[in-house]
Amino acid sequence: MIDAYATHRLPAYVSALVALLLSALPFPHLVALVRPDFLLLVVIGFALMSPRSTGLLFAFFWGLLLDAFTGMLLGEHALAFVVIAFLVHHFHLRMRMFPLVHQSLVVLILLWIYQFLIFWIDGVSGHPVNDWLRLLPGLGGAICWPLVVGLFGRIVRRH
Amino acid sequence: MALRNGGARFAPTRVSSLAWRAIALVALSVGIMVLDARHGSANVLRRALANIVAPLHRVVESPFALSSGVSALFTTRDSLRAQVTALEAQVREDALHLARLRAIELENERLQHLLDLSPRDATRTVTARVLQVDLDTIRQRVLVDRGSDDGIVSSQPVMDAKGVFGQTTRINSSTSEVILLSDPNHAIPVQIERTGLRTIAVGTGDPDRLALPYLPRNTDVQPGDKLVTSGLGGVFPPDLPVATVTEVKRDPSQPLAQVRATPGASLDRDREVMIVWYQPRVVATAPDTSIAAHPGKGKPRD
Repeated sequence: MIDAYATHRLPAYVSALVALLLSALPFPHLVALVRPDFLLLVVIGFALMSPRSTGLLFAFFWGLLLDAFTGMLLGEHALAFVVIAFLVHHFHLRMRMFPLVHQSLVVLILLWIYQFLIFWIDGVSGHPVNDWLRLLPGLGGAICWPLVVGLFGRIVRRH
Repeated sequence: MALRNGGARFAPTRVSSLAWRAIALVALSVGIMVLDARHGSANVLRRALANIVAPLHRVVESPFALSSGVSALFTTRDSLRAQVTALEAQVREDALHLARLRAIELENERLQHLLDLSPRDATRTVTARVLQVDLDTIRQRVLVDRGSDDGIVSSQPVMDAKGVFGQTTRINSSTSEVILLSDPNHAIPVQIERTGLRTIAVGTGDPDRLALPYLPRNTDVQPGDKLVTSGLGGVFPPDLPVATVTEVKRDPSQPLAQVRATPGASLDRDREVMIVWYQPRVVATAPDTSIAAHPGKGKPRD
């Protein structure tokens, strides 16, 4: 079972790696403010399109790597990614049926849940950033969602 | 919640195992976070991950390194020569300054001996390059290319030519993270140079602005006042330039003045910074040997 899906994991890992690098590429400040959480979009995308080959562990692993990459509290993004991946896994059959705009809205909500989790953990761990700017990457992500779907539609085999 | 029940109707067993896995992973994340927040307990994991992540930082940085390499390749001879001439002039000028400063330093030391004061704190610096890696858009932090391999530890002051830049926080083997003065979570003990008044400058999240939130309304502070480090807190050596006061608002209905300052260091433009080893002298023990003992040693303060 695992071997059968192993080959389908490669695109997932490659796109996650690219997304991780994109998330740290220096952009002009205004663009960086709305920069979508690329890695989370990849996690959502793969959870939606091939939930069996990329499980929650995939989300956990990349979340942990993002924590190390950005020097945040270890486990912070891992937790948020697992929660979002769980929601997507749970609703993936339903979400696939949604028209694209509708799907983008759901993604927007997921991204904002994610931001809230990060905000919450930051607060509990004593590094609060109280800034409405936090909501912008969610908007950016929702706007980018159709692109993500278009891109992944080509490289992902659905399972 | 209603939706969730609906989902369970399709495949009850798979969903519940999914939920269990999610709960387990969330619990694991919380465990890691608790370990990591209690300083150092998750160091093994962090170090292992840092080894994976460090090459990725280099990958992000590589286009910028390449472009500066290519532009260096195509620099004309004339501009290089002009640059060398300018630098040579600068070096001559600086050497003159340095000679004068050295004389003053010697004199200072003699006077301190006469007065039986403890000698100045010994410092040593290393230059580090700021990597072009965007760690977090809202937080003000950068990555520099020196780490524990170079003897860097946490909470070391970082400066540029014009003033304090920030301090080191997380240290990896070949890189370390620097939290800038302007990070909302950063505060630095400062002193107003003109009056000697001590206060605290807090980051605002804007690289061009610091806030001085703890000054009463009737404080003697005015735009143009220079802020220097006060040396309290033990992280920053005293008398380093930090910022210049740009704006003082005194609202009669507020007990505190609203004071803004602009950092001297160009926090969002610097490519090269200096990391400083600084050992505050707590008690003056043996004034003669202490200066010689400090420089060159890998182990800084703490």
